[in-house]
Amino acid sequence: MPDPIMPVSIPSAASPPATILQVSGLHKWFGALHVLRGIDFSVAAGERVAIIGGSGSGKSTFLRCLNFMEMPTSGRIALDGTPLGRVSAGKPDAVRYPESELCQVRERVGMVFQQFNLFPHMTVLENAMEGLVTVKRMKKAEARERALRELDKVGLGDKADVYPGRLSGGQQQRVAIARALAMEPEILLFDEPTSSLDPELVGEVLRVIRQLAEEGRTMLLVTHELGFAYHFATKVIFLADGVFHEVGTPDEVLKHPRQERTRAFLDRFTEFSF
Amino acid sequence: MDYSFDVALVVETFPILMRGFLVTLELWLPSLGIGLAAGFLLALARLSRSRLLRGGSLVYIELFRDTPVLIQLIWFYYAFPILIGVQLSPFAAALLGLALNTSAYGAEIFRGGIQSIARGQWEGAKALGMRHADVLRRIILPQVFKLMLPAFTNRAVEVAKMSSLASVLSVHELMYQGRLLSSTYYRPFEILTTVAVVYFVLIYPATFLSMTLERRMAGKG
Ligand SMILES: Nc1ncnc2c1ncn2[C@@H]1O[C@H](COP(=O)(O)OP(=O)(O)OP(=O)(O)O)[C@@H](O)[C@H]1O
Ligand SMILES: [Mg+2]
Repeated sequence: MPDPIMPVSIPSAASPPATILQVSGLHKWFGALHVLRGIDFSVAAGERVAIIGGSGSGKSTFLRCLNFMEMPTSGRIALDGTPLGRVSAGKPDAVRYPESELCQVRERVGMVFQQFNLFPHMTVLENAMEGLVTVKRMKKAEARERALRELDKVGLGDKADVYPGRLSGGQQQRVAIARALAMEPEILLFDEPTSSLDPELVGEVLRVIRQLAEEGRTMLLVTHELGFAYHFATKVIFLADGVFHEVGTPDEVLKHPRQERTRAFLDRFTEFSF
Repeated sequence: MDYSFDVALVVETFPILMRGFLVTLELWLPSLGIGLAAGFLLALARLSRSRLLRGGSLVYIELFRDTPVLIQLIWFYYAFPILIGVQLSPFAAALLGLALNTSAYGAEIFRGGIQSIARGQWEGAKALGMRHADVLRRIILPQVFKLMLPAFTNRAVEVAKMSSLASVLSVHELMYQGRLLSSTYYRPFEILTTVAVVYFVLIYPATFLSMTLERRMAGKG
């Protein structure tokens, strides 16, 4: 059976929040291009991680490896302490991932894309219901109710029967967030969710993300909005040359970076203020 | 030109032409239906991960697209029976040839359609935890059908025209009846003109539909 057995971890009152996702020795190659060069990382419940770095530094690739939109070239990813995928005997680097396992991971680790990726042939409501009906096999009525609840939450309950093509970019991205939220993921990944939006539409999306932060959700956000990252994150990662160049609290990384490289990167954002 | 058009002959022979027209429909619609359904499966084979399926479907598609339809029909009547040891009726051979030819072209329409759906649609669906087959069924194909409707209508028009080639196998369809009547009565002008008009009446609505669809889609941009 492909079902991974989830070990039960009972956190005592004093123990730190449970680690949900753990990455070890992650490498990613695209052909001859070595994009991720050995990353070790873990996310605990309630953490909010902002990932910053130059264009092409591998931020998206890193995020996309976490829900297997990209397949890691080597390294392991564990969910609740159970490493994902199968290792063939004698070939520790060749991890195989059965589709059922990937689907389970993606159900628990949701993603919001820069380009929204809404389904244009479905209404806003149908978009938000799709995962519930097709993946969770929920009854239509129940799925509808939950989808509407999430749409209300992002302020688009009144657009339920509209097709995404009729919405502004900001509204589309909020639908995409509602679609991801409907699955009740344990972790939400955001890959530059506001980068393709007109400046006047950025605020409405960031407001929704901030609201999710206030609810204590576990989130990873790749962003160029350093001001937002500062207030949003519990941890900031500066990614450069395929490794985590600097990791720390927002204050440490964004205000008092220790690494020269981080400083040089931050200096380019002249207009950003906390 | 002082040719007197024999209207009475047209009226007299029209019922026979209509019988041929019915056979044309019997060739056209099933070969279109079977051909597109098989074409869909072929497209999946073309896009599959198995090298064998990809290679096999490619050879099949190119064989049908790069040889004349006339040869294909004649081959299925005269040569294919030698392979399988069963003689096919002219109608069966023509239907088989048209359907398989349609499947090859249909496969390319489906493949183009599936590939034209942006990668983001796959990703959006997979990120929800959807399986490959569900993504195809729920997200990709509904968009492909809509997008490719003009191409499918075009194919329908082509198959209607190709069906006239079945006359060389003596399938009693519209073209066959027309040729027979025109040589029986020595009035090719009346008979063949009528045949052309009947084909036009059959095909024009499909062409019109295809043009309308294309225009509507272009308008949506
Ligand atoms: N599917 C792919 N095939 C080949 N190369 C890729 C692929 N995806 C990304 N790359 C390359 O990997 C490198 C890292 O890309 P990635 O998208 O992760 O960067 P990024 O940090 O997200 O950049 P940006 O800020 O521009 O979004 C780039 O050089 C990119 O061209
Ligand atoms: Mg990126």
